[in-house]
Amino acid sequence: MRHSRADTDASHLKLSRRAALMGGVQLLFMGGLAARMWYLQVDQADQFRLLAEENRINIRLIPPVRGEIFDRNGMQLAKNVPSYRIIMVREDAGDFNAVLDRVAKLIDLSPEETERAREELGRRGDRSLPITIAEDVSWDAVSAISVNAPALPGVSPEVGTTRVYPRGSDFAHVVGRVGSVSPKDLEALESPDAVLRIPRFQIGKINVEAREEPLLRGVAGNRQVEVNATGRVMRELERREGQSGADLQLTIDAKLQNYVQARLQGESAAVVILDCEKGDILANSSAPSYDPNLFIGGILSRDYDPLLNDKYRPLVNKTVQGAYPPGSCFKMVTAMAAIEEGIISPDDTVYCPGHLEVGGRRFHCWKRAGHGWLDLEGSLKSSCDVYYYDLALKVGIEKISAMANRFGLGIKHDLALSSVNSGLTPTKEWKLRQRGADWVIGDTVNASIGQGFMLATPMQLAVMTARLATGREVTPRLIKSVNGVEQPVLGNESLGMRESNLRKMRKSMYSVVNDRRGTGYRSRIIAEGMRMAGKTGTSQVRSAVVDNKSVPWEQRDHALFVSFAPYDNPRFACAVLVEHGGGGSTAAAPIARDVMLQALYNGEPPLDAYPSADRGRIKTQQRALRDVQPEARINKSKDQA
Amino acid sequence: MSYLEYTVKSTPTGLRKILFLNWPLILLLTAVAGTGFLMLYSVAGGSYTPWAGPQMKRFALGLCLMLSIGLVPIWMWRNLAGVAYAVSVILLISVEFFGAVGMGAQRWIELGPLRLQPSEMTKITLVMFLAAYYDWLPAKKTSRPLWVLLPVLIIIAPTLLVIKQPDLGTAILLLAAGGGLMFLAGVHWAYFAAVLAAGVGLVAAVFQSRGTDWQMIKDYQFLRIDTFLDPSTDPLGTGYHIAQSKIALGSGGWMGRGFMQGTQSRLNFLPEKQTDFIFTTLAEEFGFVGGISLLTLYGLIVTFCIASAVMNKDRFSSLLTLGIGLNFFLFFAVNMSMVMGLAPVVGVPLPMVSYGGSAMLVLLLAFGLVQSAHVHRPR
Repeated sequence: MRHSRADTDASHLKLSRRAALMGGVQLLFMGGLAARMWYLQVDQADQFRLLAEENRINIRLIPPVRGEIFDRNGMQLAKNVPSYRIIMVREDAGDFNAVLDRVAKLIDLSPEETERAREELGRRGDRSLPITIAEDVSWDAVSAISVNAPALPGVSPEVGTTRVYPRGSDFAHVVGRVGSVSPKDLEALESPDAVLRIPRFQIGKINVEAREEPLLRGVAGNRQVEVNATGRVMRELERREGQSGADLQLTIDAKLQNYVQARLQGESAAVVILDCEKGDILANSSAPSYDPNLFIGGILSRDYDPLLNDKYRPLVNKTVQGAYPPGSCFKMVTAMAAIEEGIISPDDTVYCPGHLEVGGRRFHCWKRAGHGWLDLEGSLKSSCDVYYYDLALKVGIEKISAMANRFGLGIKHDLALSSVNSGLTPTKEWKLRQRGADWVIGDTVNASIGQGFMLATPMQLAVMTARLATGREVTPRLIKSVNGVEQPVLGNESLGMRESNLRKMRKSMYSVVNDRRGTGYRSRIIAEGMRMAGKTGTSQVRSAVVDNKSVPWEQRDHALFVSFAPYDNPRFACAVLVEHGGGGSTAAAPIARDVMLQALYNGEPPLDAYPSADRGRIKTQQRALRDVQPEARINKSKDQA
Repeated sequence: MSYLEYTVKSTPTGLRKILFLNWPLILLLTAVAGTGFLMLYSVAGGSYTPWAGPQMKRFALGLCLMLSIGLVPIWMWRNLAGVAYAVSVILLISVEFFGAVGMGAQRWIELGPLRLQPSEMTKITLVMFLAAYYDWLPAKKTSRPLWVLLPVLIIIAPTLLVIKQPDLGTAILLLAAGGGLMFLAGVHWAYFAAVLAAGVGLVAAVFQSRGTDWQMIKDYQFLRIDTFLDPSTDPLGTGYHIAQSKIALGSGGWMGRGFMQGTQSRLNFLPEKQTDFIFTTLAEEFGFVGGISLLTLYGLIVTFCIASAVMNKDRFSSLLTLGIGLNFFLFFAVNMSMVMGLAPVVGVPLPMVSYGGSAMLVLLLAFGLVQSAHVHRPR
């Protein structure tokens, strides 16, 4: 279409005006861009430069190597082994669910592990932090991941270490176990160590692993690395080595522990063996036990539920967590309270008619027919109850409890174990405070034979026995040395009790085991110089006296036995508890003799240490136990060589 | 004055035309492209592969293309404007059905070795067609409602098709370029004021409706707007690009870290470092001075376009030149605003610098039209 010249000129003028206007606007906008550039690059440069450094430099923690744990002879109880795991950085993975599925298919991840990894991946948090999706994988899995790396963005294998307990279930109740840091663990700490934020970092969960965590963990090192946006390390800028955790040596004798654990198989029982001289805990066994290795990577419910539902409670460390009525094992304390106070002499006699009338209530002796006239030795030997009822009424509960405390009962021993129970030595004030009721004389009577409110752990009973045997304030010790530095031995002080009284007590305990009429006679040791002294205990779980065989397991009496040996030169003190085992003389004492002999001979004892009548049975038992004791076999082959 | 009334004799002919090309503009474009090669070389860690080398070849090709187009008389191109526009709309429709999808949204058609991106082409053909339309339309009819509605439809049709791809960045550029051309052509300012007012009103209404029963857009869409307004609310999601880009830019300072010394882009903190975010590398390595220099080059290119247009008495030529200049301006203005955290992240490359053959070829093609208009202007 043609336009007139005037038209075109006019429209061109208008166009030029508008073009100028638009040019102006464009210039203005560019001015704005320049101003913004100035603001970012000149005005705020310092701040952004700082941010850029942070972007570029990443501080990576070097997890410390956890300290290892050994027994008193240097046998390894907890060690670190290299393990491969597969980690994923969500930021780089993109659709991490799809990538996880591919990984799961590639390395045969179990559905449970996959679910766990998915859940961890789904959590909020820094997406640039690596998340462990599979742990303790085989070398084949590692190579499968490496070969398929292009299809698995953000996924890489990593070598680390994991805890292994080479002695399996023997030490679950001593060494304990490690596990991944849980959110709950972090909350419990006021200022958690940064190393705890490493995904699946292992920390001690119970027992020595947990209680000595600060020593075992060590200090994390760090390295400053330059990373790119995908988190790949380009180069290392600086490295600061951390410090490995301390190696611990326990006082436990792994060989003995192993024997005891094997000997307790099938029972719900606890055994503590103390070295009388230093208070070293040579064995601390609670049966049944469990394999702590199962817990390390997170236990599966198919493994955990049976442990949780077992009525023998394998997860409970009965030696220090379980508080039981000490029963007749407590009688030495009642007697010591009385003779130390001078209220009676060991030679004074008391008449046992089979019961005692106190405050209108009749308290029976276990022997309904009565024991007749008894002195201290006689009463302990036959475990007469009335004798002690009588003493208790004369001495009073306060003095009995005070004496119990001097023997280490009712006191929380400072051990590197979890949930150490302090037991209970009741007093009038305690009952009023805790139960809101006045102390009645019947309570004293019950307490005198270790029943009623009186509670003690097997550990405490072993300590009590060691103190009786030595007259010194023997204090249990579990950590022998830290990084080779011997730990102090506590409790060399004398108990401050008259030696003649202690000697009398020991003599009485000797009679319990070695006198034909003693309750522990069937479990005596006949080897000279190895004689054992002890005391049986049967603590009632229910009040009515019924035959143990006719009631369900849960209602049977606890069987106890405390002992020390050799009688003339005490080296070992031992406490045995068999939960609902029936009688102390039948269920607990035989175990005590076996483990004591094992300790005395530092290995399998000769058969002639046993009374000839038992040898046949013991021989079969020893043969059977050899199969579950790796060390016994090793010794045998050494002997043959 | 229409091309038929040219005093044809004063117009250069044959190869003499080369002398009459807008040489400063060619030099400016080459300078900008050179900057691009430098940056692509740098982000590749000092290597011609994979970006700088191919980019150079494409630029050489594009330069030849530009010169060839520049030597073809402008009236030829004017006659082709309608056809070009129709072809690109048809192509836009056909990519809906036959196109390949890649890089999230942009769609293209494979034509032998050529990868055709109709939306790129449309930026130019729309300007061409509108320029031709206003060249044809008598000036006094420009502001009549019916004659305003027609170009609006011309703009809206390809814009909707592009939105559907979905490529919001290109759609906004089309809308802005089309609207800009209508403004340049002399459409009454009241139309623009009305559209602007309506737009502002709509945005205000949308925000007012937030949280009420008659809320107009979805909650997640509000969240996206929030993130744009304050990227720090989502530093690892949408805000990540902007935050990282600002860090890289800011750490450049006055003079920058020096060529090949940029840490942020080299360490991959920046997404799309060779395409949409290449400006951050430049700003980090050459600092404020480098950034301003590039901005100045861009400004000069726009200025030369405006000057050429104002000098040109041919209505089609000057509208076309202005339109292409405006397009070019929108490209770098949107990209730089985005990189500097002034605009949301939409996929718009930095013209002549970002890696990408298609965008650069189309731009050089467009500048070929500008050259043609310049050479064949009435004298």
